Parts: sequence; C-alpha cells; structure tokens
Amino acid sequence: MKKVLCLVLTLCMVLALAACGGNSGGTPADSGSQTPASTPDAQPAGDTNSGLITVGVINNDPNESGYRTANDAAMRAMFTEANGYKATFYNNNDAAQQIATAQQMIQDEVDFLLLSPASTTGWDSVLQDAQAAGTQIILFDRMLEADESMYVAAVVSDMPAEGKTAVDWLAAQGLSEYNIIHIQGHMGSDAQLGRTGALDEKVSAEASWNYVTQQTADWDEATARTITQSVIDSGKPFNVIYAENNGMARGAVAALDAAGITHGKNGDVIVMGFDSDKWAMEAVLEGSWNYMGLCNPLQAETVDSIIKDLVAGTAPAQKIIYTPEQGFEAATITQADVDTYGT
Amino acid sequence: MQEGAVLEMRGICKYFPGVRALQDVDFTLREGEIHALMGENGAGKSTLIKVLTGVYPKDGGEVYIKGVSGAALIRSPQDAQNAGISTVYQEITLCPNLSVAENMYIGRTKGAMTNWKQMNQGAGKILKSLGIPAGPTQQLGTCSIAVQQMVAIARAVDMECKVLILDEPTSSLDDQEVQKLFGLMRDLRAKGVGIIFVTHFLEQVYEVCDRITVLRDGTLVGEYVIEDLPRVELVSKMLGKELDDMADIKGEAGGTAVSLEGAPVLEAAGLCSSAGIKPFDFSIRKGEVNGFTGLLGSGRSECVRAIFGADHVTGGTVKMDGKDVKIRKPLDAMKQGIGYLPEDRKGDGIVGDLSVRENIILAFQVMKGFFHPFSRAQAEAFADEYIKLLEIKTASADTPIKSLSGGNQQKCILARWILTDPKYLILDEPTRGIDIGTKIEIQKLVLRLAAEGKSVTFISSEIDEMLRTCSRLIVMRDRKAVGELCGEDLTQTKIMATIAGGDEE
Amino acid sequence: MKTSVKEPETQVKRPDESLFKRLTRQQLFIPVAALTLLVLFNLIADPSFFAVSIKENSLGNPVLSGNIISVLDNASELVILAIGMTLVTASSGGQDISVGATMAIAGSVILRMVCGTEVTADTLHMPLILAVLIGIFVSMLFGAFNGTLVAYFKIQPMVATLIMFTAGRSIAAWINNNQLPIMNDISFKYAGTFLPGIPVPTPIFITAFMILVFWLVLKFTNLGLYTQSVGINANSSRLNGLDPQMIKLLTYVILGVCVAVAGFIRVSRSGSINYSRIAENIEMDAILAVALGGNALSGGKFNIYGSILGAYVIQFLTTTLYKYDVPSTALPAYKAVVVILLVVLSAPVVREKLAGMKKAPAKAAKGVS
Repeated sequence: MKKVLCLVLTLCMVLALAACGGNSGGTPADSGSQTPASTPDAQPAGDTNSGLITVGVINNDPNESGYRTANDAAMRAMFTEANGYKATFYNNNDAAQQIATAQQMIQDEVDFLLLSPASTTGWDSVLQDAQAAGTQIILFDRMLEADESMYVAAVVSDMPAEGKTAVDWLAAQGLSEYNIIHIQGHMGSDAQLGRTGALDEKVSAEASWNYVTQQTADWDEATARTITQSVIDSGKPFNVIYAENNGMARGAVAALDAAGITHGKNGDVIVMGFDSDKWAMEAVLEGSWNYMGLCNPLQAETVDSIIKDLVAGTAPAQKIIYTPEQGFEAATITQADVDTYGT
Repeated sequence: MQEGAVLEMRGICKYFPGVRALQDVDFTLREGEIHALMGENGAGKSTLIKVLTGVYPKDGGEVYIKGVSGAALIRSPQDAQNAGISTVYQEITLCPNLSVAENMYIGRTKGAMTNWKQMNQGAGKILKSLGIPAGPTQQLGTCSIAVQQMVAIARAVDMECKVLILDEPTSSLDDQEVQKLFGLMRDLRAKGVGIIFVTHFLEQVYEVCDRITVLRDGTLVGEYVIEDLPRVELVSKMLGKELDDMADIKGEAGGTAVSLEGAPVLEAAGLCSSAGIKPFDFSIRKGEVNGFTGLLGSGRSECVRAIFGADHVTGGTVKMDGKDVKIRKPLDAMKQGIGYLPEDRKGDGIVGDLSVRENIILAFQVMKGFFHPFSRAQAEAFADEYIKLLEIKTASADTPIKSLSGGNQQKCILARWILTDPKYLILDEPTRGIDIGTKIEIQKLVLRLAAEGKSVTFISSEIDEMLRTCSRLIVMRDRKAVGELCGEDLTQTKIMATIAGGDEE
Repeated sequence: MKTSVKEPETQVKRPDESLFKRLTRQQLFIPVAALTLLVLFNLIADPSFFAVSIKENSLGNPVLSGNIISVLDNASELVILAIGMTLVTASSGGQDISVGATMAIAGSVILRMVCGTEVTADTLHMPLILAVLIGIFVSMLFGAFNGTLVAYFKIQPMVATLIMFTAGRSIAAWINNNQLPIMNDISFKYAGTFLPGIPVPTPIFITAFMILVFWLVLKFTNLGLYTQSVGINANSSRLNGLDPQMIKLLTYVILGVCVAVAGFIRVSRSGSINYSRIAENIEMDAILAVALGGNALSGGKFNIYGSILGAYVIQFLTTTLYKYDVPSTALPAYKAVVVILLVVLSAPVVREKLAGMKKAPAKAAKGVS
C-alpha cells in the first residue's frame, strides 16, 4: 500500500516537472531558466524551410522582475513564424550557461544571435566563433565588454541617463531639504550602477541632500519593506524614497502605509520607482506615487527592424541604439501613457 | 612506583551528574601479567578504563606510567596511545566503511602521505599471524562482528604497546576465536606487556589471568592473586554478599515442571525470512520457556526475528492461540501480544538519547497509538514502578539511557516489554555483556514470568544459562533447525553433540 | 509534551554545582543568552529601540509601530518554517533546503487561485480560505515528494530537496503562466498586514496560532516521541512497532503545511510575488534557527521552543543591524560572525569549559570563607 502511494506521489511530481518543462510552445514560460541542462525549445532548421530567418535568443530569467518578464514576452511575441522567423529561446541568469548555449546556437548556424548577456565579460570566444561562422550578433537590453566591430548593433537602455532624468526631476521639486531612503538593486548590475551614480553625485554635491539610509534590497520587495520599516521605527525623518525598481518601491510603500505615512502627489514622502510595470504607472496616475522612470523593455520591434534592414542589405546607422525613455510624474501622466508604455 | 609495575593509578575519583562513578580507586599493573578487572555493571570498570585512556577527564588522583617521570598527563586517547596504552573497547569503535587495513592504521600514519602498498602488506602479515579470516583490503563492515572485534585487537596489538586494555573482547567471539585470542594474550604477556582484561566470563578469568582487582559501586574491594581467590569468593566479593548456589535458581523459582501438554500459544510452520534461514517449525505453550541454541551465526537470532516480523517474512504460517495470524511487521506481532528483546542492544534495543522513562514506555506507547499519549504522571508511574521492580540503577527516570551501564540498559528494555504485558516474550541474548548478579536476576525473572503463565523464548551463548532456564531447546546449525532437545536430553554434552552434528551420520 | 522542555525541574542537581553551570547546561541557554545580549546591547546603545507607539495607518486604523513590533512581525515566516524544519531535522537527521522555493510555489498557487486568470485582479475570485487550503494541499504534496525521496528512497535530505530547490521557482512561475499576478483586494492583505481595528500585525497572530497548534499536537499526540525515537535509532524504533519511513514522510508533509502558511503570509504582505526573489535564502535562516535553538542538526532529540527562539534571535539581529545602518550587502557577513560565535558557544565542549571556569573561582571563594 505504502509502496503504491510513494510510487504515485513520485509519478505526480515527475509529471508536474515534465508539464512544466514541456509547455513552452503554448505559453511564454520556459523552465530553461532554472534547468541549465535543458536544450533550447526548438531546433533551428537552417534556411531550408520556406526562407525563414533563424535567430537564437539568449535572455535572462523572466522571473527576475516584472521588467524582465515583459522583455522576454515581447521577444517571444516578435520572433515567430508569422513574422518570418524561426526562433530558439534560452533563459538563464548564469553567464556560463548562456555562453555554452550561445556556442551551440552558433554551431547550429543561426543567422542572428540575439543576446542579453548576464555578465559583461567572458564572451570573447563566442564573438569570435560567431564571426567565423558568419552569425551576426545583436545585443539587446544589456551591453558586454567588446570591440564594437564584434557585433552589428546593440539595442539598450541608457541607465545613467535614466538616473540623471530622475535626479533632475527630483531636484526640480524644490524641497528645502532632501532626506532620502535609497534602496538599491543588485549591486554591480547595469541598472543599479546607472541609477545610483546620478543620485550619489547629487547627494555629495548638495548640502541639503542627505541619505537617511542607502541599502541594497537586491531587487526584493520584502527586503525593501524591511529597510523602510527599520527607518520608520528608528524615527529618523525622511521625505524621499528612491527605489531602483518598482517592486522595491512597492515594498517601501507598504511600510509607509502600515505606519500611516502619507506619500505621493499630496503626501509627505516622494516615492520614486523605475522600469515599466503597468501597476506602477497606475500608482503614479492615481497620485499614490510621484515618479516612475521608464526603462523600456520593448526592444523587440527595434531589433526586428534592424534584422529586416540587414537582410535587405542596409546596416544600421548607429551601433548603439538607445530605446526611447522618459520619466513619468504624477502631475502630468495620462491614461494614454499607461496604456502605451505600461507592461 | 612499585618494582616491576608498568602502570599505577592512585586515588582516582570521577563524578558524573548525580553519580560517584569512582571513589579513591587504586590499581597496579605489573610487567608481563594479565590482570582481570572485575565488578558488576556500574561498578566502575569501564569508567576506570576511560579515565586511564583519556576519554574522561578525572576529578582526582594520579596515574604513573613506566618510563614517564612524575604523574602522567593523559587528556586524550591520543595521549594514552603515545604513552603506550592501547585499548580494545567492548563496543566496536572502528569505521565500518573503511578497509581492514585502513582501520588498523588509521590515525597512526606519519605525515599526510600514505603508502597503501606497505600498509596493506603490513596489515596482511598481522592478520595472518593472528589467524584472522579477513583480507586487508576488505571493507570492515562486510566482516562478521567477531572478525571486526579481532581486527580491533590486531590494531591494538600492532601498536607496540606497554599496556593493552581489553574491555569485554570476548563477548561476541566463539570458543575457537576465544582460544586464539588467549594464545595471543599469553604471547604478549611473555613479551612483558601488561594486559588489563575486563570480562564477565569467570571461566575465562581463571583460564588466563594472573591477578584480579575487584571493584564494587565505584570503590576498590581489593587486589588478589588468582590462586588465592576461589570462584565463589570472587563472585561474592563482586556482589558484596554471600552467594547461594547459582546452579539452583531454577529450583528457587518454582521448578522446571512445566506442562508439556496444553495448546500452544504460538505455532509457526515453515517460517522463513529474507535473512536466509531455512524454513523451520516452532511452537511454544503457555508458561513454557524454550530456547534456540547454536553457534554464532547459526541462525538462532534470525528465527526469532522472523517470528516477530523484524525481518521480511517470505513464507510460512503463524497461529496464535490456534488462530491464523499474519505478522508482517513488528507492530503486528506486538498486537498479538509478542515482545522481543533484540540481540544488538545498542543498535536495535535502546534509543540512546531518550530518557530511561521514554525508553521504558516506548513499546507500550506505540501499542496505545499515536493520538493517545500517556500523561506525564502515568509515564512517570510506569517508569518508577519498573525502575524499582527491576532495580535499575539510574540517577533518575530522566537520565538518557545511553549513560547507564549495559546491564541497566538491558533491564530497561526488559521493563519496556514486560510493561506491554505480553503473552509471549522473546529474549535474544539478554545477558550478553552483563555482570553476573544481573544475569541471575534476569534468569530468575524469566522463570518468574513463566510461572505467571507467560511463554518465553530465551537465547544465550552460554549453554549452562540455557540449561538453567529452558525446558526445551531448538538447536540450530548453518541457518537450519537441526534438532529439538527436552527432558533428559537437556545436558551440556548432548547439546554440544547436536550442535556439532557428529552423531547424525 | 515529551521533549526535554520540562527537564529543568527534574535534572539532578549536585549540591556544589553553581547556578551558572546548571544554566549553561540547559538547551535553551544559548538562544536565551543571545536574545538577552541583543536586548542589552540595544538598551545601552539606544533605549529608543524599544519604543512602541500607536500610529494610524493609511486605512485609518490605529496600529502599533516600533522595532519590537517589526521583529515579531517580520520573524513570522521564519518562526513557522523553523517549527517544521525542527521536526524534519529530528526525524531524518537532515534539512529541507527547498523551503524557500516551495514557499514560492505555495504563494503562487494561492495568488493563482484568488486572481483567477487575471494578471491584476481587484476582487477575490475564490474565498480566501479555500485558496489557502489549496495552497496548503499543494505544498503538502511537495513535502510528500521530498519526504518520499528521503524516507523510501533513502536519499540524503539535502540532496533530495535539492531537486525542489532547483526546480521550485520555475514551477512557481509556471503555475501563473510566467506572469507576476497582483491582488489588489484589501482583504487579501489582511493576513500580511493588519486586520481592521486591530493594532497588532496579523502575522504575529498567525505565528502564535501555529505555535499553539504545535504545542497542542505535541501534547496530545506522540509526534514528539516518535520523531525523536526514529531520529535517534530507526532500527530500534521499528522493532518497537513504529514505521520510521512513515514518520519521516509525515514530518516532511507537516513541514509542507508550515511552508504554505509562511508563503501565504509572505504573498499577503504585498499582494504579489516575485518568483526569483521571494523568500530567497530563507532555508538557511530556518536551518540556522534550528541550530541556534540548541538542536543537533544530525537529528534526534529536539526542542521546538529552542528553534522558535532561535528564529526570533535571527530576526532581532537583522533588525538591529538595519537600525545601525550596516550595509545590507555586509549583513550576511555580520550574521555569519554572530552565528559562528553562537554555535561555538553552544558546542558542548565549550559549555563544559565555561562551566569549569566559573566553578573554579566559586570554589576558591568557598575555601576562604
């Protein structure tokens, strides 16, 4: 009896796992992000069938954040057979796994390798192999350290500019004193460096700008809440929350709400977040938040047009193409903005 | 130090929480002698050894060792080894997952590099010279307990020691192996090694020893030259009272006159198990004491394990009180009113870290069920009752059972099963490694239980013990029941003959 | 209950034993001492640490606020996990390292149930209690999976649970079609924040309830005796009629319940989930709580209250470090230092030494008088 039970249980789990790994055709889910050994979802078939362009897409873990989820979903929606592509997707936050998969894709002779590298270094051999095999590399969302000649284009967000826009907006609010709770993302990541850099510069330059605390919450909402709660509990005065992504801003706001501290358009504390989540833009629209710096995850269209141009024989005008980005503030945001940019 | 002494211990004291384990004990070991350390369980023999070997720090007294000026400082087993003291413990303390050779050399190779070839050759030579049936590269865990024990001795012998301590080395060896060991001990004695021999077997003491030191309740009773101390006197000194004739306990408890008629309580036919015993038939009547006998590894334990459902039963039928029952696991047997005291006390019997109280109530508690725990007061009452009834020596009912002496642990396990009020009780080697006083108590208890109408199956390596308690013996050889003796056939010679199987052909 | 909790009264006392020595021998000595030390440090450094005030939250309810409340509130998930982890440790002599990932699964299931197929839902699509029960059930299944591997396939717990540790967060994402659902109905957040009109954070009540449940279970069943017996000596337990495999499996299923409750609290705090980040590394804290409580990680005897105290110590330490603005990147390092100290202090060898040190001067003093 017990043996039967344990067999059934095991079977259940195996099925659950199998289902998890096998549904990638229907939904954007991809267990590849966590199971490094998994093979890419579909085998690129070269140019043999009906003139489709073969592309290999290597991205980060879609579960990392709402931003990444939107970014991944957009890529998957764009590179379909309906749009003239035969695409293979791979998601992993581990650069070593990404590199191994990239090499496999090059061997499979994809036409284009679309790459969002998890780390900025270690890609030399991949780039050389790609050049030798005639595979063209297009970077999206994240840069890597290499000579510009090694890739045909890079479609990325300008993180330092995002930070600068946000800090300029904050300065324009004209507070007599800025006491800032600065909640940082994963230390060393592109987004964290860009968004922290602008604020750090301003705080060290202006006497009236102070950090109440500057902590990394590692993109985690719960940690951000704890950090904010700790400042509230210690009774230190603050009037700005500068969180480097929307999830963390949301955690901080939860702590404010619990302590009855008002925030947003008519509140005591200015709340700032980043990325492109629809719910965050709605919070700005409602006036519960003050600012959201848009980090556009929708690079798929730009990448698509670059590829189509390249196939037609036109090289892109610039190597590095920054996605259009802007800051949204409670005073000026409209429902149309939310619908256009929210993801 | 005295002339000719290799080891002197003076005024040794050792306390445990709530117990004075050793109180002002002196002990002298001379060059080239075999010195028996005798005493009941809990008398302090093991503690004295552990103090000497640095396992326990002592709370008072001094140790002098030949060749070391002043009082020797022994704070760890390593210190003791360096001072030339080697020990073979009662419980095997080797690593079963290492090879025989590795076990012999572990902790003694110099430097980080090991010369495997040399090590295996050296080990092979020693094993051969001692006649130990094990290869140096064999994994120790695959050897029998007896061989493991001998490897432990080989390891100690090889360590060029001045003092060799053998703590119950013979309890899992058969006669031949014991003789081999004694030969080895005599050789070492001739080389001037002082040997401390701790055992419960009186015959063995009188066979090899030169001198005896007796301990009782943590104090020294005295040191005697063996010729001056007849057996009866030794026993009475150990027990601290004059001893009635031990051979008569069967009579004391009401005689052996157990009716061999009447319906059997348990009847098994063609029973066999995954442990590899041949199908056997077995039955026991109300109030009967019977037993399985045979050499080590003859399958006597496997038989009773099959009855209790401890091994996977592969065939045969069992009837309790004439009704067919299915015993697939121990709980089934327990529900039928069967109790089982296993052979391996440490591995299968006690639950070491749990208290005496929890150990005593465990089986009864399991029978009562998951959702019906005994109240604290009930559990305490049960425990106190049996601690008193069986005279279990423990600081309190809350003491972890592992800190009790072997005999008292065994009494707890007995208490556990008697508490369940079984119809039929299986006792596999209940007296192994236990002092003589407790042995007799247990034998008396067995007969008393039988007199109360319970059936008991009793297994022991000591045939005279079986003769004293059992009215019927099933003889095992090579995992097969080869004979059944009762009545007038129950004599030492007849049993031996059946075990040996000489008269069959 | 039959664990060692009551031992203080019954332990044999030798007349010349100092109070200190008796104290250091108690299992709860280390967590209690650590907590006392943290309290003393905060009292001396800044007594305002302990200030508790009543504020009005954004919904207009009066709520208690202060570091102490934060500690009690934020420790909730950890405390509940530590209870289950203690049982698993006791019975199987190993730890479940997949609790964080399984929390993600449980949280994901609960959100999926209440959100239906919507990504952002403003109303509950299912009674909350039903969703939570389903979450608990799913989590128990995963517990049973781990338990089966450990008990019946005899795989080492850390290795067996490594499977869920690796796959769990992907499964959590798959349950919600890889989307990040958001539940905006205010009643969903009651469990993670405040109930209307009640000034104490709800997680504190849930934790108290769980502790009470386990107190009752340990008192009115043999769970304590059985798990300890199996953890100490499985052979012996089997010969006493227990089914060691079943009991091991049972403890993993119980841990599954704890994980689901902790996961529910966590998603209820924000009304959303981030599969990669939610309860990241919480398994390590949970194991640490068990160790801090004076429980052997090799199994056997346990004291569930030790683990609970251990969990509060960890949260107290975290909150203290945040208060003194220790960079949170450095936080794990500080934790590690404190942990090393505590674990070394709780080692029997060191405790004996400590007791000995204290005893010597006491004796000398006696000699003089």
